[in-house]
Amino acid sequence: MSDSRIDEQRTGNDKAPGEEDEGESIGSSVRGYCYGLGLAAFLTVASFWALGTDLIYGPGIPVALIALAVAQMGVHLVFFLHVTSGPDNTNNVMALAFGVLIVALVLVGSLWIMNHLHHNLMPMSAMADMQR
Amino acid sequence: MSTLRTVETDAISPFFGKLSWDSIPFENPLPLVAFGAAGLLIAAVLWWTWKEGHFPYLWREWITSVDHKRIGVMYCILAAVMLLRGFSDALLMRSQQAIAMGNPGYLPPDHYDQVFTAHGVLMIFFVAMPFMVGLMNFAVPLQLGVRDVAFPTLNSVSFWLTAVGALLVNISLVIGEFAKTGWVVYPPLSELRFSPGVGVDYYIWALQIAGVGTLLSGVNLVTTILKMRAPGMGYTRMPMFCWTSLATNLLIVAAFPILTATLAMLTLDRYLDFHFFTNELGGNQMMFVNLIWAWGHPEVYILVLPAFGIFSEVVSTFSGKPLFGYRSMIAATMAICLLSFMVWLHHFFTMGAGADVNGFFGISTMIIAVPTGVKVFNWIFTMYGGRIRYTSMMLWSVGFIVTFVIGGMTGVLLAIPPADFVLHNSLFLVAHFHNIVIPAVLFGAFAGLTYWWPKAFGFVLDEKWGKRSFWFWITGFYVAFMPLYVLGLMGMTRRLGHYDVPEWQPWLIAASAGALLITCGIACQIIMIVVSIRNREALADVSGDPWDGRTLEWITTSPPPVFNFAVLPDVRGEEAYWGLKSTAREKKRLSDRPEYVDVEMPKNSPTGVVSAFFATVLGFALIWHIWWMVILGFLGAWATFVVFSWRDETEYDIHAADVAEADDERRRAKAKLLDVPHDGPNGTEGAPA
Amino acid sequence: MSAHAAKRGHGGHGDPNKLGHGHGDVPSSEAGPADKRIVVAYGFWIFLLSDFIMFAGFFAAYAVLVGETAGGPRPSELFDLTLVAWETAFLLLSSFACGMAGIAAFARNKFWFQVAMSATALLGTAFLALELYEFTHLIKEGAGPSRSAFLSAFFALVGCHGIHVTLGLLWLSTMQAQVWAKGFRDDILRRIACWSLFWHALDIIWVALFTTVYLFGMRQ
Repeated sequence: MSDSRIDEQRTGNDKAPGEEDEGESIGSSVRGYCYGLGLAAFLTVASFWALGTDLIYGPGIPVALIALAVAQMGVHLVFFLHVTSGPDNTNNVMALAFGVLIVALVLVGSLWIMNHLHHNLMPMSAMADMQR
Repeated sequence: MSTLRTVETDAISPFFGKLSWDSIPFENPLPLVAFGAAGLLIAAVLWWTWKEGHFPYLWREWITSVDHKRIGVMYCILAAVMLLRGFSDALLMRSQQAIAMGNPGYLPPDHYDQVFTAHGVLMIFFVAMPFMVGLMNFAVPLQLGVRDVAFPTLNSVSFWLTAVGALLVNISLVIGEFAKTGWVVYPPLSELRFSPGVGVDYYIWALQIAGVGTLLSGVNLVTTILKMRAPGMGYTRMPMFCWTSLATNLLIVAAFPILTATLAMLTLDRYLDFHFFTNELGGNQMMFVNLIWAWGHPEVYILVLPAFGIFSEVVSTFSGKPLFGYRSMIAATMAICLLSFMVWLHHFFTMGAGADVNGFFGISTMIIAVPTGVKVFNWIFTMYGGRIRYTSMMLWSVGFIVTFVIGGMTGVLLAIPPADFVLHNSLFLVAHFHNIVIPAVLFGAFAGLTYWWPKAFGFVLDEKWGKRSFWFWITGFYVAFMPLYVLGLMGMTRRLGHYDVPEWQPWLIAASAGALLITCGIACQIIMIVVSIRNREALADVSGDPWDGRTLEWITTSPPPVFNFAVLPDVRGEEAYWGLKSTAREKKRLSDRPEYVDVEMPKNSPTGVVSAFFATVLGFALIWHIWWMVILGFLGAWATFVVFSWRDETEYDIHAADVAEADDERRRAKAKLLDVPHDGPNGTEGAPA
Repeated sequence: MSAHAAKRGHGGHGDPNKLGHGHGDVPSSEAGPADKRIVVAYGFWIFLLSDFIMFAGFFAAYAVLVGETAGGPRPSELFDLTLVAWETAFLLLSSFACGMAGIAAFARNKFWFQVAMSATALLGTAFLALELYEFTHLIKEGAGPSRSAFLSAFFALVGCHGIHVTLGLLWLSTMQAQVWAKGFRDDILRRIACWSLFWHALDIIWVALFTTVYLFGMRQ
């Protein structure tokens, strides 16, 4: 169905997900991926390090790991998937935000509910023992 | 307890898997007779089709079609046929419960359990969903002013995969058995240990296959609505049905993956001895309950939101007024979309999550009633001050508003956890959800079918029989379901095959009377269709706009050409077509004749039906553990995909001259409707009357 | 301007019925149907989000069941962080190679495209090989998915990701074959764009996976 007139001015307002700016030269594109790779590698090494280090307060380590994971995902989104905050990317960001919201609701909701159930109910193993 | 014995492997043959002559229920007359009757009917229809030489036409124009209008019609046909099957399950249950006081009735528990499970599964997945998806498929591209959905071939695949799911559920009637667990298949009952037969496997594979179709359809429609609209149609100029379709398909995209994951976990438990939900080795059955309802609650909003959209269109059209409070309707719709993901625990208040969790979800459930209330008020305010035409569609709408509000109120009642502790899984609950689904989804489907029927087929449906069917349906609904509220309050639980409390029986007999009234309603609908087809010349929709419509689909002919619009309309203002019509009436002329160009349309493709064939083979083989057939089915599906992706010719051209000819015919019809002169290619013809 | 394009016609501002438009910036929401390139990529983006949500279901199940070891081996007893580090490195590098393939496709350079894709394939296969080794090793040690609910959830979650990687590799080889046979046709370019979204998304999921399963697991 392509009698839609391909108007440069029009499609300039909207980018496909993953699409880089048309004006980018090959060199700058490759450089962008290199920065991403470097950052992601650094953050990955950092999370492996954070696991075993004494420099972070023990109970805070999971928080640090999650923060580093989120940072790594951010690096992927920005440097590899070219997700930006510009108006031509609004649709893509909104969709991503919707997905993240649902993931958060499902994860947080499930963990909250299951945690309460776990607290209130007899464990399955004990229940099975009662049947013997 | 005999069910605690270790599962013995049935004799597994390498060629036939678990399949054997024992799989056919020879000792049970009922399913075999039913299947035999249905089989004869199907054979008769197929024989007649072949004799009349219709198969090439059917293959070319319908089965391999990627046209959203044809696919929408096929979805609705599937839904209507499955409605008959699901309703016959309802009749079985009603009659059984009416007589089974102090005696076992005529349906053994084994069967009764399959009947209520199949009833739920069929009605939700293969009646309600296909009706709504079918109507969205048909109307949304037309309302958006575009030629088709974003991915037409994928659309065909989605439909055929849904049909495969329905086929598998129906095969279970005569080869093997269906699940006996209720339509949400809770473990541990649905685990291999307690359901060693193939019933739960039929359920799993039917839904996983149909679920893929639904998910793809969701992706398709979200993309269409967000990225493909006529020029000038900004978000706040979309018809209300498109907004509710957007919310629905966002929910489909968000919720169905959870169903896929959860059923996959159950599958792993049953096939590969995993322990997600088993009794032993650490399984957690509440995890299943939690996840399935995290899908299940959005699912019911997926069913109801398109119906709300249909009612918005119908009420505004037949009140002769624009929809009241368009922007608040958008806000309400998107609020429902979001909130539907924050209420799911209300399906299992009684399972021990505690007061604070129950309190949060109880409050959120009550909050979600508010945007729905906003919608109801907006429909009423749309009617207020309008010139109302009480067509059958308007009757369905008013019937919906009154009845749905009652159901909604019982929902808010159930949202209070202490009340729910008394009423959970009682007939009160059963009455509540039927009180929501039937007025909203079924009445909405009936209204939508009647509303868009002329657009699809070129003639309107007989109003007389339509109204008769409405009155039977609504009376029948009240007589069938109000007693269930009473029974629930009297303490009767759901899914009872027989009982020994004499006080319940009169109410159950009344409920069966209601079911019989509904049967009359369905009979009237069948008669309506037959009569209308017979009289289609007299009932023809010549102008393309039989209802004095307000949205863009009515600008096309009935039925529209394959390309929908000769040129994509230029949209100004909220009610695109109404604006154009008013301007034409005012200026006593149609808008200027546009410049016609070639139109590119996607080619029809057998990809959908062929992948469905392999999906059927794959599903059946997985259910019966016929491993060589699994591999074959999988390879076939993969090959279909590769062949499809290797295509070189995917589109064909319609020449500008043909487009112009079709459009001139359309403009002539519209000129006649609006009583203005038609300026054809040779200049102005006809003076105003 | 080819004859084909001439027949298509050009419209400056989408006003075929000559209703008269105000001139000026048309927001993209009112600009008519988007270009096919955008439509296809956006549709796939939506599908990817649904895939994330499916993984969320498996993540939720894992989080709930991670403590249910049924007297069997615990995460810290089973996980080999060196293996995981190598897997992570391979997948991250494959994402980089995938990016290079995308640049080569944009530049219509067949040679570098095939090189980058082959590198991606190699690294992805190395990742899978390590994962397969890990799984078979665990099963041999009696820590298969049937041992406990924790192990069921582990195998399902990590296995689901592995199946996605496998499908991604099959898709990768199909794209290589198509470019070799038909060159950088429009529809093939669109599919390459979708494939690369898929491949990057798999690495994003892996980040969540190795953090919450393996790194967290070492403390359990």
